[in-house]
Amino acid sequence: MDFVSFLTSWLFDGTHWTGSDGVPARLSEHLGYTAVALAIAVAVGFPLGAAIGHTGRGGLILVGAANGLRALPTLGVLTIVVGIAGIGLVPPITALIVLAIPPVMAGTYAGIRAIEPITVDAARGVGMREWEVLLRVEIPNALPLIFGGVRSAALQVVSTATIAAFVGVGGLGRYVFDGLAVQDYAQVASGAVLVAALAIIVDVLFIGLQRLVVSPGLTSAKSKGTSS
Amino acid sequence: MIEFQAVTKRFDDGTVAVDDLNLSVDPGRITVFVGPSGCGKTTSLRMVNRMIDATSGTITVDGNDIRQSDPPLLRRGIGYVIQQAGLFPHRTVVDNVATVPMLAGWPRHKAKKRAVELLETVGLPAELGEKYPAQLSGGQQQRVGVARALAVDPPVLLMDEPFSAVDPVVREGLQDELLRLQDELGKTIVFVTHDIDEAIKLGDKVAVFRTGGVLAQYDKPSELLARPADNFVASFVGRDRGYRALGFLPASGLPIGELATVELGATAVDARSALRDGWAVVVDGARCPIGWVSEKHLATVDGEISRDSSLSGGSLYDVDNGSLRSALDAALSSPSALGVAVDSTGAVVGSVTADDVLSALAAARTAGEVPQ
Repeated sequence: MDFVSFLTSWLFDGTHWTGSDGVPARLSEHLGYTAVALAIAVAVGFPLGAAIGHTGRGGLILVGAANGLRALPTLGVLTIVVGIAGIGLVPPITALIVLAIPPVMAGTYAGIRAIEPITVDAARGVGMREWEVLLRVEIPNALPLIFGGVRSAALQVVSTATIAAFVGVGGLGRYVFDGLAVQDYAQVASGAVLVAALAIIVDVLFIGLQRLVVSPGLTSAKSKGTSS
Repeated sequence: MIEFQAVTKRFDDGTVAVDDLNLSVDPGRITVFVGPSGCGKTTSLRMVNRMIDATSGTITVDGNDIRQSDPPLLRRGIGYVIQQAGLFPHRTVVDNVATVPMLAGWPRHKAKKRAVELLETVGLPAELGEKYPAQLSGGQQQRVGVARALAVDPPVLLMDEPFSAVDPVVREGLQDELLRLQDELGKTIVFVTHDIDEAIKLGDKVAVFRTGGVLAQYDKPSELLARPADNFVASFVGRDRGYRALGFLPASGLPIGELATVELGATAVDARSALRDGWAVVVDGARCPIGWVSEKHLATVDGEISRDSSLSGGSLYDVDNGSLRSALDAALSSPSALGVAVDSTGAVVGSVTADDVLSALAAARTAGEVPQ
């Protein structure tokens, strides 16, 4: 049996698509964990990155903290939080948040720092207040890099949300861990393929959103000379 | 209109950028701050809209001490044009120009309408309004920058090296455009540049700064050229200042000599018979000069005189408002040594010679019109 039919034998088995452990249910759990973790990571990382990018103060601390967070092994974080909060949704979501904050924060910070100083100077010079400089000039111009950070966070969260199953909750990771437990490798592989497919779909959705939200002035114009 | 009283700016590291500046900017005029880098010209400009705060001293705009005002509100009332325009890349041209009216709370449609009007004022087609800054040339971006500064019709414009990032030909066009606009608008303009030629061309008055933020001389450009206050100003103003000073002497008394002309399309034979001292100017139907033909040159032309078969000419001298400098340049740059004089429609009226210009200069000296 080749790999494709090995996979399809599991994936196209109708009994795997219904019930509380069917693909739709696991998929929505997986997406739910991803959405919650990503939303919280954006709620924390974006304002921090924006504040540090705007004021230019604390950049070193930010880079250090982001690298520190990135260096933490996700399974380690998971185990520690299980030790503190017990089994449940809190440990995996906490681990995912810790994973997602650095790219969001670093993308926002880098996006704002990358704006030409004369653009920001002009914003102040025409009479914008500091919050107007941030909201009307810095963030709109930083959006391509902010999206880059959020997309990279989303990809990591979607793939890592698999570990939720490790501590006994749901998501597509169930197929991987349950399959391993009973040596049902078709189920393991199907779980992995579903996670990968979901990651790609989520990324494509973000690309579409980015097209809608980012000003064409920041992308389309590159075809013609810029400065002189 | 704008007064600097004993203004000093000392930065945190101890460098003095502006040292006890006392200067009064005339209302409705262009005042140029010029000097080498590190002379405090830009710092002085940026203190007016509080982009930088003075360490000591007082700056008043229209009699009001600017320290009493809220910086963002002060800046909305003062037009600000900077190097490379500093347009907002994420906004269309119209939205860039509408920035200040929108900040001031104008309704959107009114702000946009004003922005479209202003594009026309600065010589840009309205269709450009929907483009983004990166789709524009440097010169167009700079015009948009000027339009943005004019949006709420502020009485004062601050221009910080606005034309330094564009090529010389475009820069000259932008300078002429600024002078034309200023004729219409009569703003109080403070203009910073490191280019003394630009300062002399644009300034009703020019303030020359020296390194260390000291004002070296504040005068009309003609005075600056004729009577530099010291060696620093003399060397900064440059080696051609005698020649450039001619630009401030009207050439109204200059004798206009006769000039042979040949119409486009005339035969080489007719052209030969029209020559005067071996030369004639080729003109089009409106008598505008196209170029020159000479005896020697005609020998190589068969058939009709065309644009391509004419020798290219020198600069033109406008008899209505040309200066001695433009008359002299017309004569010196002409292949025949005769400068072509034209009227305001561009039609040929006669010739000028370098000798006549020098005689006119001597006469002006005798009459006391030349500062000594």
